Amino acid sequence: MSVDLDAVRRIARLARIRVTEAEMPHLQAEINAILKFVEALEAVDVEGVEPMTSVIPMRLPMRDDVVTDGEIPGKVLANAPLSEDDFFLVPRVIE
Amino acid sequence: MTTEPANANLIAGATGDWEVIVGLEVHAQVTSRSKLFSGAATAFGGEPNTHVSLVDAAMPGMLPVINRECVAQAIRTGLGLKAKINHRSTFDRKNYFYPDLPQGYQISQYKSPIVGEGEIQIDLSPTYSINVGIERLHLEQDAGKSLHDQSPTMTFVDLNRSGIALMEIVSKPDMRSADEAKAYVSKLRTILRYIGSCDGDMEKGNLRADINVSVRRPGEPLGTRCEIKNVNSIRFIGQAIETEARRQIAILEDGGAIDQQTRLFDAVRGETRSMRSKEEAHDYRYFPDPDLLPLELDSEWVDALAAYLPELPDAKRARFIANYGLTAYDASVLVAEKETADFFESVVNHGGTKRDPKAVANWIMGDLSAHANGRGAPVAEAGVSAAQLAALVDLIVEGVISGKIAKDVLGLLLGEEKDADPRAVVERRGLRQVTDAGAIDAVVDAVIAANADKAAQAKTKPGMLGWFVGQVMKVTGGKANPQAVSEALKCKLGL
Amino acid sequence: MTDLTSLTLAEARDRLKSRAVTSVELTRAHLEAMERAKGLNAYIAMTPENALQMAKASDERLIRGEGGPLEGLPIGVKDLYATEGVHTQACSHILDGFKPTYESTVTANLWRDGAVMLGKLNMDEFAMGSSNESSYYGPVASPWLPPNWSREKALAALAGDKRGLLTPGGSSGGSSAAVAARLCLAATASDTGGSIRQPAAFTGTVGIKPTYGRCSRWGMVAFASSLDQAGSLARTMRDAAIMLRSMAGPDPKDSTCWPEPVPDYEAAVGRSVKGLTIGVPKEYRLDGMNPEIEALWSKGAEWLRDAGAKIVDVSLPNTKHALPAYYIVAPAEASSNLARYDGVRYGLREPSADIVDLYEKTRARGFGSEVRRRLMIGTYVLSAGYYDAYYLRAQKIRTLIKRDFERVFADRVDAVLTPATPSAAFGIGDKSSEDPVEMYLNDVFTVTVNMAGLPGLVAPAGLSNEGLPLGLQLIGRPFDEETLFSLGEAIGQAARPIPLPEPWWR
Repeated sequence: MSVDLDAVRRIARLARIRVTEAEMPHLQAEINAILKFVEALEAVDVEGVEPMTSVIPMRLPMRDDVVTDGEIPGKVLANAPLSEDDFFLVPRVIE
Repeated sequence: MTTEPANANLIAGATGDWEVIVGLEVHAQVTSRSKLFSGAATAFGGEPNTHVSLVDAAMPGMLPVINRECVAQAIRTGLGLKAKINHRSTFDRKNYFYPDLPQGYQISQYKSPIVGEGEIQIDLSPTYSINVGIERLHLEQDAGKSLHDQSPTMTFVDLNRSGIALMEIVSKPDMRSADEAKAYVSKLRTILRYIGSCDGDMEKGNLRADINVSVRRPGEPLGTRCEIKNVNSIRFIGQAIETEARRQIAILEDGGAIDQQTRLFDAVRGETRSMRSKEEAHDYRYFPDPDLLPLELDSEWVDALAAYLPELPDAKRARFIANYGLTAYDASVLVAEKETADFFESVVNHGGTKRDPKAVANWIMGDLSAHANGRGAPVAEAGVSAAQLAALVDLIVEGVISGKIAKDVLGLLLGEEKDADPRAVVERRGLRQVTDAGAIDAVVDAVIAANADKAAQAKTKPGMLGWFVGQVMKVTGGKANPQAVSEALKCKLGL
Repeated sequence: MTDLTSLTLAEARDRLKSRAVTSVELTRAHLEAMERAKGLNAYIAMTPENALQMAKASDERLIRGEGGPLEGLPIGVKDLYATEGVHTQACSHILDGFKPTYESTVTANLWRDGAVMLGKLNMDEFAMGSSNESSYYGPVASPWLPPNWSREKALAALAGDKRGLLTPGGSSGGSSAAVAARLCLAATASDTGGSIRQPAAFTGTVGIKPTYGRCSRWGMVAFASSLDQAGSLARTMRDAAIMLRSMAGPDPKDSTCWPEPVPDYEAAVGRSVKGLTIGVPKEYRLDGMNPEIEALWSKGAEWLRDAGAKIVDVSLPNTKHALPAYYIVAPAEASSNLARYDGVRYGLREPSADIVDLYEKTRARGFGSEVRRRLMIGTYVLSAGYYDAYYLRAQKIRTLIKRDFERVFADRVDAVLTPATPSAAFGIGDKSSEDPVEMYLNDVFTVTVNMAGLPGLVAPAGLSNEGLPLGLQLIGRPFDEETLFSLGEAIGQAARPIPLPEPWWR
């Protein structure tokens, strides 16, 4: 399996990473090199095999319904690139 | 199982009849103190970004830990929907980018939800019931809030809501009209409120619906559907379905085709419009969340939750009909809110006696409801206790006061005589009904004497009796027994 | 004073207890060594004032006869761990300026036990790499000199782009270099596909990646959630064991963290290995394998036999699928874990006209090329139409890999012995920038362990003909790190001691 330039553009868009047209071919080659590397897996017989869901034999721990967190707007916003009145600010999104 | 003739719901188009197919995905905010995967509070309101933990803010290295009560609420709801509880379910990440989705993914359940198929019975009228199938119910995180109108150039993001538990309840496309859809949401809301798993407050956005609408000629395969997102009132749900169905019918009758799209309901314009940002098909790249393990439920736990489930609306309604002899209609109205139904039973059974259920029902559904609506409160919290209403009903049965005076007493209990014992109010204000024949006769005689001309007319116009009764009641300050007054007048007027 | 940095962690611990030396003295010695070694670029953030404060507090406790298991001992912390108020960027530009308001569980455990933090250590960006060359802060030079290089040549390279100097491995390159160069008594590190074990092998140090879930991942910048695990790098088996004991333990904030208490790993160091059965898997013998490595592997088996263990041949048939499967699973999880780096709540933000512009520009500017490559692959293998063929399939193969080990362990094998790396350390700039897969092949012996969630330990076992360190890997049963420490010590006893390089960089 390999990807064409359109696929690379689509993937970059999905991943929200700007890739210039000049960078596209090189990135395409890199991705295809990796896809070629993993091609060998196609031949493995996985009939009836369950995918790995948890590496360790433990049950999902659950916590009690108690408020133990929050009320820390200072910490939440401490590293914000842009904020105002305790809101995070981003360029306006048009719905 | 529609007992309504199928073609009653068809929409007549220019070129023939059309059938509307509706399916609903309802998002219900789970009632819990803390969030689904974090310990921050779920409380409504609050200053921006205060009900936010570092987990909700998706700081580097943060991890989810599931809230047991949210799981319990989902199980209870599944039981209430007569649905299959899946003892093993998994959490998946739904990946997409949006500023109020800090992780860049929503933790949801895609492949294996916690609850499977179920159904709700909807009764639109005594002769018109449908069963709407439930496809599934799953748990997922809510997103934060983006405010686009605070500034011309910036969007303000508040993550208070981010991470709150939602139950997504997906119906089968079993509804065939706006009314059926509205009734479904209403019934679902009632069930959730009964269980206590969601408060159903649509104004606060705690219950909202995504509506899938398609149309087809009767008997033909399903048409392309469009999804109308985030409709947050039952009224709007009805309007959205109607305008969307008409929109699709118009396109098809014109020879066009329906584009599968996501739309929003514009309440101001009363129509649906396409959502710009959702035009591109989303590839959510679902995969099992590696920070969580599969959720495995003990049968003992599920059984215990089932045992403690409150009596649900359908069962309560059936019991009211059977044990209290109420009509299906009255029973339906009373059970629509659990608190009202409980209030009804408290009044009927107060003090160990059993009062006339129909009389109690009439009081609750009539005068008390009217007062309650006036002050925007639920009936059970209108301001009259079960004890007080019970006493009121007893006083009428005992003949101490008339029905009319009782209405006045109710008004007093809701006002100046708040928390007072109705018997004490009647005594203190001298509201006891006058039943003494002599006293009544005296007043009747006086009124007839004062209105001799009308009295003479009454012989030929029996309708005048009503006027005379009114006059006698006025003189007695409403305290005379209307029955006795009417009899006395009939006699003395020669009717 | 300079001798203080030559102490092992255990020796320093004893001297602090006996008050033969103070923590402040010990810390100062390390801070000075770090200053002189700045050229190696092992540390990307030094915290001297904080370190001396912590040392002082430790000395006060030690005087009172109090103090935890790591009291007063100066250690380095990989930049992957959230350290409150201190630079934490996983060596990426996208976390530019990020200073967490919280402490990771693993490092909190170290401070609870009295350790002193010297600073944050260099690493491959977001732990993606096997040479530390993808770090935003530039490569780390191994304290081991390339064969036949003079000191002058090395210093010149150090001052320039470091080309030709040896890599200390990756992604925990800063950690392994700092430990080998005596710039800390031990270091925290992390391992997703071999990022502790390969650097240990490259620098002649000890590295332990415990069983998945043994240490908490809370506060560790996530790369691949089902593979990431915290571990330690140190100069001796005992030191690594002491570190791990403090680092590990239950954490209710991590749903995948094992809830059982931590055994005394140090007590296992020196325990007899008589009667243990060691499996030697034939599938780890690769075509065209480096003969020195093969010879060392046989040697290792011999040593263990001499120490009383039984050596058996075993088969792990799905071994060869582990590396390609890893390069599907890890990037897939990473593509989702790194979605939060979007310029909205922390880190780098590029000026932009709208929100999509913000995301795309910030992430393009903030992520290096290796990270970008993996995010693209990860996004692709999860995307519609490809999920079943790639991600689902890789996760099924993972089950097969784990089953192979379960079968072997059920057959009364206590541990598996394998090579650690296909070669000794290579030079910075050696691996082609054209073929990303060339670098990935470094992980061929180590990824199986992460895919199966098992504990893996690397012990220094010898020197190559060119005089560079080589290691051997031991893979154990789940939560049986103790057996690994015992076996690792046995190898260490049998092997010729590997002297760590004398400082040529000052």
